[in-house]
Amino acid sequence: MIKTSYVSKTISELKPSGIRRFFDLAANLEGVVSLGVGEPDFVTSWAVREAAINSLEEGYTSYTANAGLYELRSEISGYMEKQFHVSYRPEDQIIVTVGASQALDIALRTILNPGEEVIVVEPCFVAYAPLVTMAGGIPVTVQTSKEDDFKLTPQQLEAAITPKTKAVLICSPNNPTGTQLGQEELVMLADIVKKHDLLVISDEIYAELAYDETFTSFAAIDGMLERTIVINGFSKGFAMTGWRLGFVCAPKEISEAMLKLHQYAMMCAPTVAQHAALEALKHGMQDVEEMRRSYRRRRNYIVKSFNEIGLDCHNPGGAFYAFPSIEKTGMTSMEFAEKLLTEELVAVVPGDVFGESGEGHIRCSYASSMEQLQEALRRMERFMKNHCK
Amino acid sequence: MHLNEEELEVLRIIENNSRIDMKDLAKMTDQSESDIEITLKKLEDMRVIVRYLTVINWAKVDEYHGVTAMIDVKVTPKRGVGFDEVAKRIYKFKEVQSVYLMSGAYDLSVIVEGRSMNEVASFVSEKLSTLDSVISTTTHFIMKKYKHDGTIFEQTEEDKRIVVSP
Repeated sequence: MIKTSYVSKTISELKPSGIRRFFDLAANLEGVVSLGVGEPDFVTSWAVREAAINSLEEGYTSYTANAGLYELRSEISGYMEKQFHVSYRPEDQIIVTVGASQALDIALRTILNPGEEVIVVEPCFVAYAPLVTMAGGIPVTVQTSKEDDFKLTPQQLEAAITPKTKAVLICSPNNPTGTQLGQEELVMLADIVKKHDLLVISDEIYAELAYDETFTSFAAIDGMLERTIVINGFSKGFAMTGWRLGFVCAPKEISEAMLKLHQYAMMCAPTVAQHAALEALKHGMQDVEEMRRSYRRRRNYIVKSFNEIGLDCHNPGGAFYAFPSIEKTGMTSMEFAEKLLTEELVAVVPGDVFGESGEGHIRCSYASSMEQLQEALRRMERFMKNHCK
Repeated sequence: MHLNEEELEVLRIIENNSRIDMKDLAKMTDQSESDIEITLKKLEDMRVIVRYLTVINWAKVDEYHGVTAMIDVKVTPKRGVGFDEVAKRIYKFKEVQSVYLMSGAYDLSVIVEGRSMNEVASFVSEKLSTLDSVISTTTHFIMKKYKHDGTIFEQTEEDKRIVVSP
C-alpha cells in the first residue's frame, strides 16, 4: 500500500481555479447566455487562418529556433516599436512562447529564488499567484478597490514592499476589472519600483484593447526598459486564443536566461502558429482596429445598461470585461452567480475567484454579439428586480 | 464631405443593422437619443445614408422565382457627356438594379433582375441592346449567391467557445 502521495506538496496545496469550478456548473445547463468567456467572440481572421493552411501545404512542420522564427521576432520588434515605442532586439530580447501564460511562467521561474516575494495586484487573472508559488516564490497580494477604480496606488505599492520583494506583477488593461493604468499612474509606480530596485512583470496581453486612452507600456516609462519584462501575445487583440502563441520581451540578461528555461521545457512554440502570427502582424492590424471598435461599442452598451438596472459599474478603459458591483443584492458573488445561472441561465464569473477584493463583484465579458448581450441584460434586469433589496 | 468620429461610428453600426433600437444605438455610441436622431437626419439629408436595406436570401424562398443577370455592355461614349448619358438611360429602367462604369474589356456592368430568364432576355434584346450607343452585350445569369454585399448567405456562425473560460 502506498502511504505517501506522489504529488508534490507545492502542487497538492494549490487551490483549483474558481473559474474551473464555475465552468463545471455552467456546462451542464442548456440555453445559457454566457458572459463568462475570457476570449474574443471573433474567429481568427481568414487571412491568418489561410496563412496557417499555406504553411502546412509548404511543409513547414519542423522545429523553429528556440526563441521562435527570426522573421516573426523581427516583426514583433517592429510592432513593439511602432505600437508602444519600446525597442527590443529580435536577436536576444524577444522569445516567442506558447501563449502569454508560458511567457509568465518562464519570466517568474527565471527571476525568482526560493522565498522571494512578488507583489500581485488583485483582483487579477487566476493564474498569477499560483504561478509565483510554482516558481518557488511567495505571492504578496495587494487589494485594490472600486473607490480607486481598481488601480494600484503608489502608497499601496510602497507598503507591500519588503526586503524579500523581487518584482511587481501588473496587468493593464486588467482581467477581470478592465482597469487601465494611465501614463501618469505608471510613472508614479515606476518611481517606487526604481527606488527599491525591483523588477516589473507587465502583462500587456490586452494592450490592443484600450478604448479611451492610448495604451502606455510600462517599459516605455523612463528608466523602466531595463527593469521590465513585457508579456504579450496574439490571443486577445488578434483573436487567436486557441493558437497558443505569446511572446516575452526583456533586457538581454533576463531574456537569455529565460531562453535557457524555454529551450529545455518547451523547445519552441508551434511552427504553424508562428506562421499565422507572422501574417497577423504583417497584414492584420486593420482587423484589430475593427474588433477594438466593436468591443468599445459593446463596452459602452453593457456598462450603461448595468448602471440602469442597479448593477453599479465603473467604466473600464480596456480589455473586454465589465466588473459591476452586486452589493445591492446582499449576496456573495458566488451566490449571485449561481442564482443568476440557475434562475435566468446567464453565466458570469464570481468576482472572488480573482482574489479577495473581487468579492462583491461579478466579471462579465462583453465579447459576445450585441444580440447575446441584449438578451443577457433582459434576463439580468428581471433577476435584479426579483432580488434587489 | 467630412464626417466626425461620432457620425462615422453611427454609420458603421447601422450598416450592419439598420433596425437597431435607437436607445441601444445611443448607449453604444455614448450619445443621447436625440443626438442620434439629429445625426441620422443629417446623414439622410446629405444622402450619405441613401436607403435602409434588408438583405434577403430569396433562393431559400420556394415562392420566389426571380433571376438576376450581370450584363457586360460595350457602348460608344458621346461627345461632351461621355458615358454618363447612356448610363442614365440604362439605370432608369425598373429592371436595372445597378449600373457601374468599368475599366477593361467592356464599359458598363449592368445588373438586371426579372421574374424569369425570358423576361431578362427580352429586356436585353428589346430595351438594352437596341439603345443607340450600345455596341454589344454579354449576359451572365447568376446561378447561386454565396456572398452578397459582405454577407455570407449559407454560413451560420456558431459560437464554439466554452461557456466559462479564463
